[in-house]
Amino acid sequence: MSQDMIDALVFLAWLVGAAAFVLGLHQMNSPATARRGNQLSAAGMTLAVIATFLWLLSRPGGLSVTAIAIIVGGFVIGGGVGLWMARRVAMTAMPQLVSLFNAVGGGAAALVAIDDYVHIVGTPELVVATAIFVVLGAVIGSVTFSGSLIASGKLQGLVPGQPITFPGSRLVTALTALAAAAGLVVLVLAAGGLLALTPEFQLAVLGLIVVAALIFGITLVLPIGGADMPVVISLLNSFTGTAAAMAGFVVGNPVLIIAGALVGASGAILTKLMADAMNRSILNIMVGGFGTGDSGGAAGPGGTGGEVRAIGMDDAAIQLAYAQKVIIVPGYGLAVAQAQHACRELADLLEARGVEVSYAIHPVAGRMPGHMNVLLAEANVPYPQLKEMDEVNPEFARTDVALVVGANDVTNPAARSNPQSPIYGMPILDVDHARSIIVIKRSMRPGYAGIDNELYTDSKTGMLFADAREGLQQLVAAVKQV
Amino acid sequence: MTPDDLLNAIAIFVLAILVGFEVISKVPATLHTPLMSGTNSIHGIVMVGAMLIAAAADNPFSYGLAFIAMVFGAANVVGGYVVTDRMLQMFRKREPKP
Repeated sequence: MSQDMIDALVFLAWLVGAAAFVLGLHQMNSPATARRGNQLSAAGMTLAVIATFLWLLSRPGGLSVTAIAIIVGGFVIGGGVGLWMARRVAMTAMPQLVSLFNAVGGGAAALVAIDDYVHIVGTPELVVATAIFVVLGAVIGSVTFSGSLIASGKLQGLVPGQPITFPGSRLVTALTALAAAAGLVVLVLAAGGLLALTPEFQLAVLGLIVVAALIFGITLVLPIGGADMPVVISLLNSFTGTAAAMAGFVVGNPVLIIAGALVGASGAILTKLMADAMNRSILNIMVGGFGTGDSGGAAGPGGTGGEVRAIGMDDAAIQLAYAQKVIIVPGYGLAVAQAQHACRELADLLEARGVEVSYAIHPVAGRMPGHMNVLLAEANVPYPQLKEMDEVNPEFARTDVALVVGANDVTNPAARSNPQSPIYGMPILDVDHARSIIVIKRSMRPGYAGIDNELYTDSKTGMLFADAREGLQQLVAAVKQV
Repeated sequence: MTPDDLLNAIAIFVLAILVGFEVISKVPATLHTPLMSGTNSIHGIVMVGAMLIAAAADNPFSYGLAFIAMVFGAANVVGGYVVTDRMLQMFRKREPKP
């Protein structure tokens, strides 16, 4: 086979890989086909990687022993670590793992761009366009690397979840951004021949740009509160995709460009969806300093204006057992208390009695987009019962009992009715439209937004003061007695 | 990179972004976490870039960068796909009766 033919076949293999990514993502539009979609995507990846390896071997000169050792050794080590982490991670810890994988992906993209520059600096191959893509790839990749590590650390609890600011932190962020931009201008001028700089000097400038970008990533994520993480993770995911595409421009590889663009688009959409679901602009979230970082901890009952009606386990159990339609509204508090299984057990019991049960899930329930669905799926909740906000909201009016567990701000009617409220305009679950409401909550402590929830003082609402898991377990026992 | 190459690459980039928007906006919120984890593994394709720079490397510094990029990319790809698969296999219509 001639080299031209091999080149063409490899190009086709890359194209098939890219097509597999698109088709795989397309199959993610339904839980029934999603797993096959992911496997198709993985097959496309395998094909692209193997084709690249064979192509490199087939080229005149082939691969040096060192290069083979680097590729195979790097794959075995990196792949082994990735496999090990992916197998043992708990579903509640998914956001930090995705963040960590995102960090290394961004780091790899930055390294590819940097190394390519090391090769071509000082040669005629370095043109203006290449310099731009190298710097963009290195900057975006480095920002994602350090930013995602901090985000992952926050989610894991290694870095405090609350917004961290120090005097001049905004200034540092601004200065590093400025330094990276100035560096870009210098390198572009040098590549264009307008600035006579030695290759060593140009490499030093690139080094400075990378350091500035790494610092920028850290100071970007530190001031952002833990509960805003769904937005941050989506945004960083989008960045990594873009960085991979930039690396694709640098090494002139179409499959990198296509895959990177797909991920960039996907991250951008999710970022927008998450920000909309919180009723805040992306900029407002990135500026940070909002909230205390995490819900959790306990304070004594009391503190709100209106009358609160506490109900007992048996009352709650009777209401649920004799209902026709029950909607469970789980929030992140449910996952923190590891109450998913108790929740599912209660739902099973009710269904066995002929009650129609479904789950209403707000888009930002959890620590990354769609996190709550994964946690409930893990507890064997069948996915047809998992209802999205728009789908479930009209159903509340036909619901006998809405059972709220660990959700707070996303059920607060003030978001619809009170223009003075800080959450006014935020899309919420219309829990207050249900005929009666049971809220399992440890205390009257306010949620992330730090405001009182009018739902709790509604005359239809009964408050069941208990820990999410214990409360649900006691409810299960009480329903069995009915 | 010739001007033609550049324009072709930009055309591919823009079209792929549009395809991305089109495909992703149809994914239900229920699957957003696996979607993000799945796209996360797709950008592990930078591993192909790492292989290309490993092949071109001719000094210890480049060897080092290529090796780290390879480790990072491989962790991203393998870990990402495995964890996405683990999540998606949990989404069932009905739990299997014991």
